[in-house]
Amino acid sequence: MTAVLGGRPAGLTTLHLADDDTDSRARLVVVGNGMAGARLVEEVLERGGGEQFRITVFGDEPHGNYNRIMLSPVLAGEEHEDDIVLNSHDWYADNGVALRAGVRIERIDTAAKLVHADDGSVTAYDHLVLATGSRSFIPPMTGVRRADGSLLSGVFGFRTIDETRAMLDAVQGETVRGEEAPVGGAPRRAVVLGGGLLGLEAARALQGHGMQVDLVHAAPSLMNAQLDAEAGAILKRSVEELGITVHLDVLATEVVGTDRVRGVLLADGRRLDADLLVVAAGIRPNTDVAVVSGLEVQRAVVVDDQLRTDDPDVYAIGECAQHRGEVYGLVAPAWEHATVLADVLTGADPTAEYHGSRTATKLKVAGVDVATMGINTPERDEDEFLVISEPKRGVHLSVVIRDDKLVGATLLGDTRKVAFLTQAFDRGAPLPEERIRLLVDLTDGAEEVGVAEMPGDSQVCNCNGVSKAAICEVVADGCSSVSGVMDRTRAGKGCGSCKSLVRQIVEWAADGDLAEDAAASYYVPGIPLAKPQLMAAIREQDLRSVSAVFAALAPGGQDDARSKMGLTSLLRMIWGSEYVQENDAKFINDRVHANIQRDGTFSVVPQMKGGVTTPAQLRRIADVAEKYEVPMVKVTGGQRIDLLGVRKEDLPAMWDDLGMPSGYAYGKSFRTVKTCVGSDFCRFGLDDSTQLGIDLETRFQGIESPAKIKMAVVGCPRNCAEAYVKDVGVVAVGSGRWEVYVGGAAGASVRKGDLLATVDSPEAVIELTGRFLQYYRENANWLERTYDFVPRIGLERIKQVLLEDGEGIVADLDAGLQRSVDAYTDPWGQDGRQPATPGQFRPALPLVALPQVPVR
Amino acid sequence: MSLTDLRTTTGHVVGRVEDVPPGEGRAFVAGGTQIAVFRLRDGSLHATQAACPHAGGPLADGQTDVDVLVCPLHLYAYRWSDGAATSGATGVRVYPVREVDGDLVVDV
Ligand code: SRM
Ligand SMILES: Cc1cc2nc3c(=O)[nH]c(=O)nc-3n(C[C@H](O)[C@H](O)[C@H](O)COP(=O)(O)OP(=O)(O)OC[C@H]3O[C@@H](n4cnc5c(N)ncnc54)[C@H](O)[C@@H]3O)c2cc1C
Ligand code: SF4
Ligand code: FES
Repeated sequence: MTAVLGGRPAGLTTLHLADDDTDSRARLVVVGNGMAGARLVEEVLERGGGEQFRITVFGDEPHGNYNRIMLSPVLAGEEHEDDIVLNSHDWYADNGVALRAGVRIERIDTAAKLVHADDGSVTAYDHLVLATGSRSFIPPMTGVRRADGSLLSGVFGFRTIDETRAMLDAVQGETVRGEEAPVGGAPRRAVVLGGGLLGLEAARALQGHGMQVDLVHAAPSLMNAQLDAEAGAILKRSVEELGITVHLDVLATEVVGTDRVRGVLLADGRRLDADLLVVAAGIRPNTDVAVVSGLEVQRAVVVDDQLRTDDPDVYAIGECAQHRGEVYGLVAPAWEHATVLADVLTGADPTAEYHGSRTATKLKVAGVDVATMGINTPERDEDEFLVISEPKRGVHLSVVIRDDKLVGATLLGDTRKVAFLTQAFDRGAPLPEERIRLLVDLTDGAEEVGVAEMPGDSQVCNCNGVSKAAICEVVADGCSSVSGVMDRTRAGKGCGSCKSLVRQIVEWAADGDLAEDAAASYYVPGIPLAKPQLMAAIREQDLRSVSAVFAALAPGGQDDARSKMGLTSLLRMIWGSEYVQENDAKFINDRVHANIQRDGTFSVVPQMKGGVTTPAQLRRIADVAEKYEVPMVKVTGGQRIDLLGVRKEDLPAMWDDLGMPSGYAYGKSFRTVKTCVGSDFCRFGLDDSTQLGIDLETRFQGIESPAKIKMAVVGCPRNCAEAYVKDVGVVAVGSGRWEVYVGGAAGASVRKGDLLATVDSPEAVIELTGRFLQYYRENANWLERTYDFVPRIGLERIKQVLLEDGEGIVADLDAGLQRSVDAYTDPWGQDGRQPATPGQFRPALPLVALPQVPVR
Repeated sequence: MSLTDLRTTTGHVVGRVEDVPPGEGRAFVAGGTQIAVFRLRDGSLHATQAACPHAGGPLADGQTDVDVLVCPLHLYAYRWSDGAATSGATGVRVYPVREVDGDLVVDV
């Protein structure tokens, strides 16, 4: 993989005018295109610096600027690398900034004010900023490097996207640094050196890929820079519970393996086998350029309160800078440097000064919550120290208070209080008399130390330095959505750990703003009506197409792209086959009856009722997969078969060859019914779950709903098809009786369904399921899954309506559902023969060779 | 300032108006450049680069309204007026497009 992250799409290049003598702007050159360097450029532009400076940025990574702290989730596979791009190459071009990506600066001639790059170029500057960051420190170990000084194959630092990609390649069994993967496929064992934040994040990420992970740490306890020994011991236990083996107080002395890493020898003589070795044993500032150029360097490049080095026109920011003896390894200080320096350079505030940062850290490892700030043990006699330690639960909380101010906090295993403590730490906010309230909520369900009481200047987003007041200002300005506020203030756009606090503040700040409150209740954003009023208006005015709804009900008759999909779904439910279809009102998946993939190809999932198939069907699927060169055939989590990576233009022919109906794996609609083998084959089976599953799927196939609907039927409470965690789950309990659960899920939210009723025939299950489905269709908000809908309405109310006909609507529900059942047609049979609109299956990216997804 | 801004453009006939159904988009090649052409329900025509600047999504498969085009992959929205992304992310390039005797003519 060599793609340039945040690079320009092929074929679109913007040429920059070369350095031009008529340009009177001063030349600002930035060395380092990382978190600090790119941020400085943004801050300078924001202060109108584009008029003052011709800006050139050198970065020795070939990529645009990306969020380095998100490399951990990328390694874990939780984020896609495309989503961590902060500024793409285009952004630089659009802002008139010359980005020299992939070019390394080797030397500064401070007398002539020139920088020399490794491509031989020489660039003049008026102001120079060093933002070269740090690199991974590789401790001396026998055998870790090859003769040419490069790292042995299979050994990685953890600092850049290229290293992260290489690790992912290795994990996924491709070549390790260009060489053969170990015999037997992908590497299975990883050793991580270093038990600090980075090492723990790397270990967890690799373990998440199914590797067996040993973590080796030289100090006697984990995260010893932030935690005391007792907290470290509790953390060790939590980490081991995740399945990571921890070795403390021991050095790795030798890397074993000649062609590639095979293992690691520890100082105590033990050997750990390893197919992959990640070294996260600390960082070292990149100071070589400063050193060879004669600037003052101690641990890092020495700067004053205006980030100036000992040369008046050269500055240093971020991890390569040393200020008042401190060198930081976190992003917040780097960004504070950028802000101060932008003020100084642009003259927005020529007296701006940086006085140091108070640092707080959070471990981004799922399953282990750790947040720390300031000191972790009392240092003076008068310091107050409060500790709550529950080693069994993996919880350890402590605070250090000095002169009524919070000077340190450690939260392990329970970080609910982190928001308030961070405020108190950063801003010296007043502390509650009862100190214990700092760590726990004493009255159950009582309000958290409310956002209302937070002082306006308290910092909410530490990564981006956004205060509560700044958020409130944007809300007052009319920005009402949380994501809108995040876009405008950048709050929550760093590590993301403050998102819930941002949400609370936005909600609080928007309070009383009626327009805002009303909008939250709209069914879709573009029509100012809640669902019941919208449905009534559609019926009264006989609106049968999405464009008719916009014309009649939207302000100014204006259409709204984000409302179309929800309206299409609603109209289909209301009108059944009498709805007037408009393809442009559908999301692409619904236009071509397949799920769009990341490269613009589609996936095809044929219906396979109840997960039951036949040799003939399988043969047809196999033939089709070969004929259309399907890159991957996969058994889905929904008990059917997915053909992935299909070209749009091949879809109709493929459906025709398959001769099977659509499985609706793409729509906001009824999806599948998973079943188990049930009484026909299973020795524990109490009833025929397979047949009931098939019958349910036959009845409800293709029915659109506010969000997806997934069902399962199991033959006994062993629950092999996971019925307890489905939108509707049915469990045979013997003697012909069936339990019906609703509102369960095991996706992004995990919730066990609520028992709606126990009924005594398959017919009764189908009838009750239909009623529930229709009640949900008519009353749920757009995209509200049953796991939110059922608790919102309340199980008691649902029982009353559906079982006792408390509102007298059961007959209507049955009729409404029947209308949709009658309107069902297989979309593959239909559009496959007669396209709904001209060019329905035309490729949308004609020049790109598809598929781009991996071919297996 | 970039040189491309100074370059003169030429009109290319890429297809017929009826090739683009109302409210939808279709991809074409205009003089070697991939573009997506949209015909809104109000009759107006718009053209953008074909691949989304975010992660290469097929913009012709997106959804539209009078103000914006929404990419199908991650739902970034781009304004017709100047191609800017509503989120502040990198915008799309927009191209002048008009109808001449039923032909779609795009200036690239
Ligand atoms: C293919 C499949 C994964 C697999 O290889 O097994 C799959 C693939 C996708 N799932 Fe899933 N899900 C699949 C089973 C599941 C299951 C398991 C199940 O159905 O038993 C779940 C958990 C159950 C549940 O939904 O509660 C599941 C929970 C999700 C969620 C989380 C929904 C939630 O609200 O919690 C999403 C995201 C969403 O819907 O917004 C999602 C979204 C997706 C999408 C559609 C992402 C997207 O929007 O493009 C994936 C499409 C990939 C593609 O391009 O084709 N998928 N997904 C499974 C198809 C099942 C099928 O035959 O229809
Ligand atoms: C996996 C990981 C997770 C992290 N998690 C967190 C976290 O949760 N919270 C947190 O606060 N911090 C975290 N950090 C630390 C954070 O990323 C750094 O503090 C931040 O990136 C420092 O910014 P910088 O600009 O000083 O350095 P960098 O972002 O490293 O940027 C320096 C850039 O300069 C380039 N460069 C170096 N020398 C030259 C040269 N001579 N010529 C041209 N270019 C050069 C480098 O290639 C690099 O692109 C994490 C770091 C990693 C690696
Ligand atoms: S298939 Fe489901 S779990 Fe897998 S990446 Fe897609 S959405 Fe996520
Ligand atoms: S590719 Fe278009 S929004 Fe992501």
